[in-house]
Amino acid sequence: MSIVVIGHVDHGKSTVIGRLLADTDSLPKGKLADVKAQCARNARPFEYAFLLDALKDEQAQGITIDSARCFFKSSKRHYLIIDAPGHIEFLKNMISGAARAEAAVLVIDAKEGVQENSRRHGYLLSMLGIRQVMVVINKMDLVNYDPQVFETIKRDYLEFLGKVEIEATFFLPVSAMEGVNIAENTPALAWFQGPTVLEALDQFEKEPAPVDQVLRFPVQDIYKFTESGDDRRIVSGRIETGAVRVGDEVLFLPSGKRSTVATVEGFNLPTQVSAHAGQSTGVTLTDQVYIKPGELMVRADQRPPQVGSQLKVNIFWMGRQPMVQDKRYQLKLASAKVSVWLREVENVLDASDLTTDSNRRQIERHDVAECILETVKPLAFDLSSEIAATGRFVIIDNYEIAGGGVVLASVRSKVNRVTERVDQREKNWRRSDITPANRAMRYNQKSTLVLLCGPADTGKGDLAKALEEKLFCNGRLVYYLGLSNSLMESDTDLNTSSDRDEHLRRLGEISHMFTDAGLILIVTVSGLDDYELEMVRTLNKPHDDFIVNVGENLFSDAKIDLQIDTLEHRAEAIEEIERALAARKHLVEYYL
Amino acid sequence: MDQLEIIESQSIFILREAYRGFKQLVMLWSIGKDSTVLLWLARKAFFGHVPFPLVHIDTSYKIPEMIEYRDRFAREWKINMVLGRNERALAEKQTYPDGNATRLECCRLLKSEALKHTLSGEWPRWILNHETGEYDRTEGGEPYTGVIVGARSDEEGSRSKERYFSPRDRHNDWDVGDQPPELWNQFKTDFAPGTHVRIHPLLDWTELNIWEYIERENIPIIDLYFDKGKGERYRSLGCAPCTSSVRSCSTRVQDIVGELRSGKFSNIAERSGREQDKEDGGGLESLRLDGYM
Repeated sequence: MSIVVIGHVDHGKSTVIGRLLADTDSLPKGKLADVKAQCARNARPFEYAFLLDALKDEQAQGITIDSARCFFKSSKRHYLIIDAPGHIEFLKNMISGAARAEAAVLVIDAKEGVQENSRRHGYLLSMLGIRQVMVVINKMDLVNYDPQVFETIKRDYLEFLGKVEIEATFFLPVSAMEGVNIAENTPALAWFQGPTVLEALDQFEKEPAPVDQVLRFPVQDIYKFTESGDDRRIVSGRIETGAVRVGDEVLFLPSGKRSTVATVEGFNLPTQVSAHAGQSTGVTLTDQVYIKPGELMVRADQRPPQVGSQLKVNIFWMGRQPMVQDKRYQLKLASAKVSVWLREVENVLDASDLTTDSNRRQIERHDVAECILETVKPLAFDLSSEIAATGRFVIIDNYEIAGGGVVLASVRSKVNRVTERVDQREKNWRRSDITPANRAMRYNQKSTLVLLCGPADTGKGDLAKALEEKLFCNGRLVYYLGLSNSLMESDTDLNTSSDRDEHLRRLGEISHMFTDAGLILIVTVSGLDDYELEMVRTLNKPHDDFIVNVGENLFSDAKIDLQIDTLEHRAEAIEEIERALAARKHLVEYYL
Repeated sequence: MDQLEIIESQSIFILREAYRGFKQLVMLWSIGKDSTVLLWLARKAFFGHVPFPLVHIDTSYKIPEMIEYRDRFAREWKINMVLGRNERALAEKQTYPDGNATRLECCRLLKSEALKHTLSGEWPRWILNHETGEYDRTEGGEPYTGVIVGARSDEEGSRSKERYFSPRDRHNDWDVGDQPPELWNQFKTDFAPGTHVRIHPLLDWTELNIWEYIERENIPIIDLYFDKGKGERYRSLGCAPCTSSVRSCSTRVQDIVGELRSGKFSNIAERSGREQDKEDGGGLESLRLDGYM
């Protein structure tokens, strides 16, 4: 079981752990003696914290800088103990430590009482979703083991925990320095009837993997190792909740594709027919639907997750730069990664005293804020109150994880950044008296965006060039906008920082200028999905578009105007496109 | 799920996350038990395949059986095997066995330096040619930006502070005070040009877990870990001159599990047979800052 130890700086977290390791005989032979000898050599008093504060800087400054992990074993079970730093400067290290824990020990100094980070850490536990908490009032030796001091701090802190909806399982008085009530109680604390820290740890309950909930299988990747002679196409990932069996009908969101599980795959394992929450596994499907890493696989017969692009969330910000509006960030939720914007800050909370401020426009470092986020594409998610694993996310700013948050609600809204952008543009666009109809008449054509899409490497670029040439030779005003495919790299690759949506947005804006000027614009984009297409079309409005799909149709629902299966006969394909454009009156066949 | 299943699942998740996030990804294989377990986990994660190269830094002082074992499994498991070495230090005999360097300097030259320049592509790489069975020397490879390493938290102090995904800058430096946050299994897979990331899928494993897993999965581990009748075996593998054996009559994996669980090694640090550790007051921190694994 993994336990994080947290609390204000200098309240003795590392000492509590050091003592726990020493008193349960969990240290390697000679380690205690070594550290004691080292202290003697350097003429400094020995502290149990030195057993954990392993970095030279930490020992020099006497504080924990980064979370350390150590292992120990009680008579009941094995523990992974995470020692988190208490200094505000290292809050992100505390978060990293706490986020992987199943339960927490929060340490408060009996002499100093409840401090800023005692509260801040308490609040963050509630946000991180840690429900099992033990509060240890340490350094009781400094207050002569006075029960009054213990009771006062307990009352203060209980009141605070009540506000953040955490129920502490235990409040324990201890002195880690003197080894009182860590592994055993001593006469000094004869008045205290409760368990020792060790006994209390053993009473925490290990939460079972959520196999009984609905299936949430975030698709981490789709493997096909054809070059090694393996033809399986394996949809891989770790199941967060629920279970999946061979024969289950499954749905991928947000794309909406459907298929059925054919096999459950594994290596060095007997044949399996099912997999469940907690397992990193893989399945093959009966129908080879086109899906991307980042989608959420769910069972078609179970409650679906939310799918939307506006989310009301609670964010904790760790970035050096504040989180601001009109700046593009990346959001990672389960296996999905998508560009995101801060739409609105509703109110900001100071977690150290629970005061709120509803007039803020941005989120500063260490703030907790309730706000609305907008992703550029719909995202499949759950409310964190329903399924924690698919209801929480991190925000990336400039390559770094700068914030973490939980989803409070899905927001249904008719307006979004793209429609707002189009409205604004239409308002500010100073149009002359030459109407689109005037231009159509002069140019013998009705402008349109010809979008060639489909999988990569099908020869769309060559088709576009040949189409441009043919139309040009026929006297049309036509332009092929040859954007390099590298600009449009698929954003399913976690590594590239998702510039694709920004390029597509520009493409939409540029298309609008060409079509507004009366031209036929030809563009190719590989791997376009429904939402990306919708964005480009919206930005090109009020002008027309003509969607040609070459090769496999990767869209879920989007309506295409012309399907071309192969480009073996390019001249025929071009004629087909021309005929279709003529039929829609984009190419006018008569002269006035 | 039992403890081994939980840490196995987490390691597989991390390996897949690394494979998704990094185009120039490699795994370091020291031939020891930890990185061999890591290699096995990669085959689990990718359903029998190892879809990235394995790098081994050859100091030329490795115990000979290690090299034999490496090449046998590299061939059997169709691994894209890459070797790196510090040709110059070896030619100039700047080593501890030659009497021209301390143990730590020797480690730095033959391991840290060789590793750094092999990863960056500045020094030649020797790549296993599966047709001839020989290693072909190549010059000027692409720098590797994601490096998978078998470090465990319980090995020594500074390793307990590592992240699963831990960035190194241009100079291979590890800024321990300012590591990126990791929460809810979201790791640092975005990185600025010129930096690279070390990936540690075994961070939550203990030495005992490693052996329990070898036993459960029946992983063909190198037999230097077993007693062959002399009443001694290796507990940790490195270069012959700096690695000593321990007294033990364990001839099978289950004997070793027993020794670690409750027997003679249940509370003796694993690296006690590694002499170079004792020269550095700060544990391995100085070497780690310098890129040592």
